[in-house]
Amino acid sequence: MNTLSAYIEGIGLLGPGLTDWASSQPILSGLQAYQPEKTVLPPPALLPAAERRRSGVIIKLTQAIGLEAITAAKQDAASLPSVFAASGGDGANCHNICEMLASDDREISPTRFHNSVHNAAAGYWSIATGAMATASVVSAFDASFSAGLLEALTQVVVDNTHSILLSYDTTYPEPLFSTRPISDAFGIALVLAPQPSAQSLVKISVSLTDASADKLTDNALESLRSAIPAARGLPLLRAIALQTDQHVVLDYLDNLRLAVTITPC
Amino acid sequence: MNPLWLSHFTATSSLGCGLGETLDALRQGRAGLHPCTFDTVNLPTFIGEVAGLDAVQLPANLAEFDCRNNRLALLGLSQDGFTEAVHAAKAKYGAQRVGLFLGTSTSGILQTELAYRQRDAATGALPENFIYRTTHSAYSVADFTRHYFDLSGPAVVVSSACSSSAKVFASARRMMAAGLIDAAIVGGVDSLCLTTLYGFNSLGLISAQACRPYDAERNGISIGEAAAFALLQRQPEQLDADAVLLLGIGESSDAYHMSSPHPDGLGARMAMQDALKMAGLQPAEIDYINLHGTATQSNDAAEGKAVQHVFGAHTPCSSTKGTTGHTLGAAGGLEAVICALALQHGLLPAGLNTQQLDPALHLDYVLQNRAQPLKRVLSNSFGFGGTNCSLIFARAG
Repeated sequence: MNTLSAYIEGIGLLGPGLTDWASSQPILSGLQAYQPEKTVLPPPALLPAAERRRSGVIIKLTQAIGLEAITAAKQDAASLPSVFAASGGDGANCHNICEMLASDDREISPTRFHNSVHNAAAGYWSIATGAMATASVVSAFDASFSAGLLEALTQVVVDNTHSILLSYDTTYPEPLFSTRPISDAFGIALVLAPQPSAQSLVKISVSLTDASADKLTDNALESLRSAIPAARGLPLLRAIALQTDQHVVLDYLDNLRLAVTITPC
Repeated sequence: MNPLWLSHFTATSSLGCGLGETLDALRQGRAGLHPCTFDTVNLPTFIGEVAGLDAVQLPANLAEFDCRNNRLALLGLSQDGFTEAVHAAKAKYGAQRVGLFLGTSTSGILQTELAYRQRDAATGALPENFIYRTTHSAYSVADFTRHYFDLSGPAVVVSSACSSSAKVFASARRMMAAGLIDAAIVGGVDSLCLTTLYGFNSLGLISAQACRPYDAERNGISIGEAAAFALLQRQPEQLDADAVLLLGIGESSDAYHMSSPHPDGLGARMAMQDALKMAGLQPAEIDYINLHGTATQSNDAAEGKAVQHVFGAHTPCSSTKGTTGHTLGAAGGLEAVICALALQHGLLPAGLNTQQLDPALHLDYVLQNRAQPLKRVLSNSFGFGGTNCSLIFARAG
């Protein structure tokens, strides 16, 4: 079985009751209680004013986690290939378009239409950072975090490059919410590198497995993990926060999971 | 990169089902576009519609996946012995060693558009028979295909608008090179829906005629639908001369605008140059370029400049979107298959509907089919959000 290894140099995290990676580490490692609160999204500081006005939740979320991870890794985002992994697109935008298309007035707004593509977050990220490198935009329903991690690892390992993974999900309004109940906005960003450096936090080694996915022992955090596809990456972040050698199994597809060995640098 | 072998490939579009009908249409210069009568759409435009999708039935155990996009996927997978080829690869390598990489832009969103017409008057709820996961969800077409073949390897949908099913080749290449899989099903499936028809209309990018790529008077796209697939394997020692190989891939981002390309085609240029670099080829070694060529003013102008910058004015090129329409997330896959047919049959397909070439674009744009041996061809796919991908294919001998 093949193993893919990379070094994590920077982490971005934003979700309900989780405001950034630094303040979330003691929560994930169990030193501090987790208090679920609605996700607070900062305005997208990197975007020009015109784009900032048009940006919805998904843009704010990805820019926040991406910027946090890039800053921690001391990387220039303009040079980084990227992977955007999400279960769906902009839920509110989708709802609005579907409502209009079911009405007598089907003149949907051009901005809504171009924001409806799944690579809107990748497009705004490249505009904000000037990144002309490749952006992979992937989706695998509840398996989207691990699908994105695999995509980023293959970039790092095969093309011998840094890469930033952004895995994120946002909510649908009703009536779609009832059919796809993602509870809140949540995102994880990881800057991955092929070699160790002064910025390296941990080395991860990933292989395919059919073992069962690890759950989180804290009930509220486990609810979060199981409710939001991007939060399926939380066991990895918990293992990093523990700052010791760890082994976790991340949820992926129905008959396939990712075995991850985490070694602090 | 180590060349990858397209051991099997197939395409279904408005030109017909499978390679035979597709090749016939290309040879005869027969377009698949007709005036739009799709659903309740009231727009003066042409579409490239796949006939017979209403009659396609999904296997009973996969009935929950029923939607136009997955019907189109099944119709496509059923052509040219593709299903049998996947089962053979699965038997040879193991179900976990065959990866699945499919591109789509709108997946089964038509199902949601229809469901929104049937919301409960009192509660606003969608009808009970609506299932988000197996229809609307971006991953639905890969989920369906993975179940259809009973695979257990990595699977993903790439959804980067109109570059989606070109970029699947890049993801598959990396995962094969990383050693996680031995074979990959790549492709794209995108089907007609109101979101794209009314969406492109809102941007003023829909033509009232059958689209005219690279024409001086071009005035927008014609939307089509398609399912195209290829089975990628490592290059064996012995191959027939007309076997088709993937030699290089270039990917880039414009970092410019959400719905307009960089005016000088900087990102497009980078994608083509990176594909040549990965393949270890000089521009003069490319015999034909299948252009993205959507027939919008801005795409063709930017792409034309980029092609001229990289290749000069003498590499034959055309857009086959005047034939198939713009099949969006399926375009990269469909045009990869058209390139494979061009290589195998020595056919440079004409760009249909183009009457007066844009004099500002100095290119050898193919207006009549040419019969000529081809060794290496390049295919461009670009998309909203400034996403670009170029693929280079070649004959084995």
